[in-house]
Amino acid sequence: MLFTSLKFVLFIVVLFVLYYTVAKHDQWPLLLVASLVFYYMQDYRFLLFIVITAVTAYILAIATENFAARRKAYLKEHKSEMDDTKKKKYKNTTKRVQALYLAIALLINLGILATTKYTNFIIENINALRSEPLSFANLIVPMGISFYTFQTVSYSIDVSRGTVKAQRNFWKFLLFVSFFPQLVQGPISRYGDLSQTLYEEHKFNYKEVSLGYIRILWGYFKKLVIADRLVVALKVLVSDSEMYQGGFVFIVMMLYAAQLYCDFTGGIDITIGIAQILGIKMAENFNLPYFSKNIKDYWNRWHITMGSWFTDYIFYPLSVSPTILKLSKWSRQHLGNAIGKRIPVYVACFCVWLTTGIWHGAAWHFVVWGLMNFAVIMISQELEPLYAKFHAKFGLKEKAGYKVFEIVRTFFLMSSLKLFDCYRDAGLTFKMFATMFYKPGFGSLGSSELLNLGLTSSDYIVAGIAIVIVFLVSLYKALKGRELREFLFEKYPLFLVACTVLVIVIAVFGAYGVGFDASQFIYNQF
Amino acid sequence: MKKISDNDNAPRMRVPELSIQSQSVESSDEKIPVNIEPVEEPIVKEKTVTELLSLVFKKLFTSRRFIAICCWILTIVFIALTVFGLYVAQRLVMPKYQHGIVEGSMIEEYYQSGVPHEVLFLGDCEVYENISTVTLYENYGISSYIRGSAQQLTWQSYYLLEDTLRYETPDVVIFNVLALKYGEPQSESYNRMTLDGMEWSSTKWDAINASMTEGENMLDYIFPILRYHSRWSELTQTDFDCLWEKNRVTVNGYYMRADVNPEGEFPPAMPLTDYRLPEASMDYLARIAQLCRENDIELVLIKAPTLYPYWYEEWDSQVRRFANTNNIPYINYIYLRDQIGLDMTVDTYDAGLHLNVTGAEKWADYIGAYLVRNFELTDYREVPEVATIWDHDVEFYNNLRDAQLAEIEQYGELMSWGVNAIE
Amino acid sequence: MEDLIEILKDLHADVDYDTCETLIDDKILDSFDIVSIVSEVDDKFDVAIPAKELIPENFNSAKALWALIERLMED
Repeated sequence: MLFTSLKFVLFIVVLFVLYYTVAKHDQWPLLLVASLVFYYMQDYRFLLFIVITAVTAYILAIATENFAARRKAYLKEHKSEMDDTKKKKYKNTTKRVQALYLAIALLINLGILATTKYTNFIIENINALRSEPLSFANLIVPMGISFYTFQTVSYSIDVSRGTVKAQRNFWKFLLFVSFFPQLVQGPISRYGDLSQTLYEEHKFNYKEVSLGYIRILWGYFKKLVIADRLVVALKVLVSDSEMYQGGFVFIVMMLYAAQLYCDFTGGIDITIGIAQILGIKMAENFNLPYFSKNIKDYWNRWHITMGSWFTDYIFYPLSVSPTILKLSKWSRQHLGNAIGKRIPVYVACFCVWLTTGIWHGAAWHFVVWGLMNFAVIMISQELEPLYAKFHAKFGLKEKAGYKVFEIVRTFFLMSSLKLFDCYRDAGLTFKMFATMFYKPGFGSLGSSELLNLGLTSSDYIVAGIAIVIVFLVSLYKALKGRELREFLFEKYPLFLVACTVLVIVIAVFGAYGVGFDASQFIYNQF
Repeated sequence: MKKISDNDNAPRMRVPELSIQSQSVESSDEKIPVNIEPVEEPIVKEKTVTELLSLVFKKLFTSRRFIAICCWILTIVFIALTVFGLYVAQRLVMPKYQHGIVEGSMIEEYYQSGVPHEVLFLGDCEVYENISTVTLYENYGISSYIRGSAQQLTWQSYYLLEDTLRYETPDVVIFNVLALKYGEPQSESYNRMTLDGMEWSSTKWDAINASMTEGENMLDYIFPILRYHSRWSELTQTDFDCLWEKNRVTVNGYYMRADVNPEGEFPPAMPLTDYRLPEASMDYLARIAQLCRENDIELVLIKAPTLYPYWYEEWDSQVRRFANTNNIPYINYIYLRDQIGLDMTVDTYDAGLHLNVTGAEKWADYIGAYLVRNFELTDYREVPEVATIWDHDVEFYNNLRDAQLAEIEQYGELMSWGVNAIE
Repeated sequence: MEDLIEILKDLHADVDYDTCETLIDDKILDSFDIVSIVSEVDDKFDVAIPAKELIPENFNSAKALWALIERLMED
């Protein structure tokens, strides 16, 4: 069931009505049932995977918490009998056992993720080295497995660290893992955040429901009017890389930047909007990514929940681990201060981007894409002192023109990196990127070829106008610091006019139904 | 006497913006902002009516409950507006079938007809292009309607009969048997042309269910905007002109063509692997017969006198057998072309596939004679209320023919009808 | 405390660490800075800050960070 199917819309309407008619304490069980039904409707086998993940994480979290509590109580009771070294030793054993619990939880859950998603990738690579090929395993990849696995992993770690309390009610925990809007394309929620509103009793709140509603509409607008329209042309352009080179690669770059943005942020708007009309607060996943000043800034604004996940659970633990710190100390003594200082960041950052690449998909071009991100971040990090000097000398930092330049530069940089995702082949991507420079223009095909990509000129016009609208709405947020919908809500009749217009525009100008492929969400199989 | 302070006077008639803070609706009426003057003091004499009114307004507009109620009312108004807007958008993008391809307009035109119909024709182009309803009226006083549509499948005929029975019960139903050869849904566009025009009822629901090809779904029929929205880029003046009212394209279901293109050679009949008429269509034929029996309607089966698409001898005998067992008349007019007086060098407009207006008049005259001979039908020429309406139809019919003939004279072919008129 | 301020000044000289309480919230310190701080603190005070303590509350001000270090020293 795609977000863009009418079936899904009806599903939400029915859920919404039920949600506010059942007794308040039945609200979260209703959500659980809805989530399981939603997942069941995709493929009943998916349920098995998600339940295994939930059960193991649930049991191990309680086990580790109980264990820690017992040990702490023991320590308190025998405080007087133990000296400091003994105490320390006792604590360390506790930590070690907890680490073991955590390891089991991670092994099982990341194991399922790895097996379903990466087995065939590994077989493919083994086959490249062997003469007799192995046959591919016929595995299903449960929808949203990367998202719910990451959520579960963060929960296991947080409980082990003692930063959140383990959920003792299995059904509540299962709801956290399977809450349906986020199964399609995230965001990756943290238990500590989501649990605050997920299980609460929710009264009908006019403002929240209104804002959630217009956010859902806005998501559909971006997705149906822009993303699903542009994807038609993109598919053609990418499928024939021999024919569409040079200037067409630039077109691909621009179209994909718009398409991916609208598809992904649109989907997230629908997700968060649905949660909002149900009174549930979800973490934001985007914050005007195309207004980023540099690549680091970009990754703080694009797919935020994924970035912070990697920061909290890979980057920090790695960079402050005793081994790395020791390595850093050692290299400071032997290789000099400059290198020694950089070691933790470099090693951790490399690992983050390697795993980020692999997480995005089981293919080499994602690995290359991840490492390219790493390279760009490191280069800009190293150049920063140089930049600073440059800025200081010309006093550029404050000038508005320079800020725009930075934003445009970052946009093009990130859009070029996205080409890996487009062509899905690292070598081809480099080649195509190069043709932009040595074969500029549209070659013998001419720009009229754009009308042979499955889109008519009126399609381009509609998409163009819609993109301008999206840009202006983003600009409003960038300048005023708040969402346009909040402003509209204050001017209430205007808000309703906006909703009405959006519904009609989506219904008429949306690229759905016969004649357009219902393109799956790009992040769907993650 | 307390004087109202300036402070209080100033913003009197200003309407505060309708905004609700994050407070939920139910719990909030007591918290009226503090700066409101209590009205209980005897201030009436001192104040003008306007002042008093404005005070009431002020109190109203700052009451949370009042604002909440306003918001709800506004919401309902806008939901209604949204639905209406969608409805208009839907009407706009739906094909109008006004020029060239007019078959999609036929089914809904029935509901506009102001006269009772004692004879109802069901079938595909072999009825709606071949029988002049005006001739039946002019020559015999028969008031008839052709509920025909392009490639009307047998179950669609059945449901159209069911649909017609919701409005009136004809005395005679005449079903053309050509469509019996189709046992499965054929094409989405023909489905659409037959089904979109039907008014909503359980009958339409059943008709859609019986007709859908693979890939079609009920929701697209319930909300046609879902199917047609991508026409937004192809809208023409016609779509706006005919947003609320369509032009008439038939005369009581008869689609007129006045041009001539003599009958030519048809490709030889291909041998079939299986000459049995499909169970599905024969089943629905039986249901048609059943429905007619239940409503005391005489059913007549006919095969139009045109030779192509080919009507196999084997099919003919199956229909004949069905007719005999059920005691229903079956007339195959292919064998009666001479009696009808058809001259296929002048009586067809598309090389013999369909009759033109002269052919349709001849066949209608022949059928009319048969009908008055065998059934007791009212001569509506004698019923003034009906006759006035029919007279209008006759006038429309004659004007239409004159217009077509004029075009043929001028251009040698039709420009505003048929293939040249497709937008 | 002075040593800590010095470490921080090394990263961003133009920030007033005595008063600023939104080092993380206002994105003055990014994740790279935090890692540098942890490694410097480990060097100077021989205190290992574990990953679970790397949360905004502990890094938003020099004061909070110092409190964290003192707490970890006691352990």
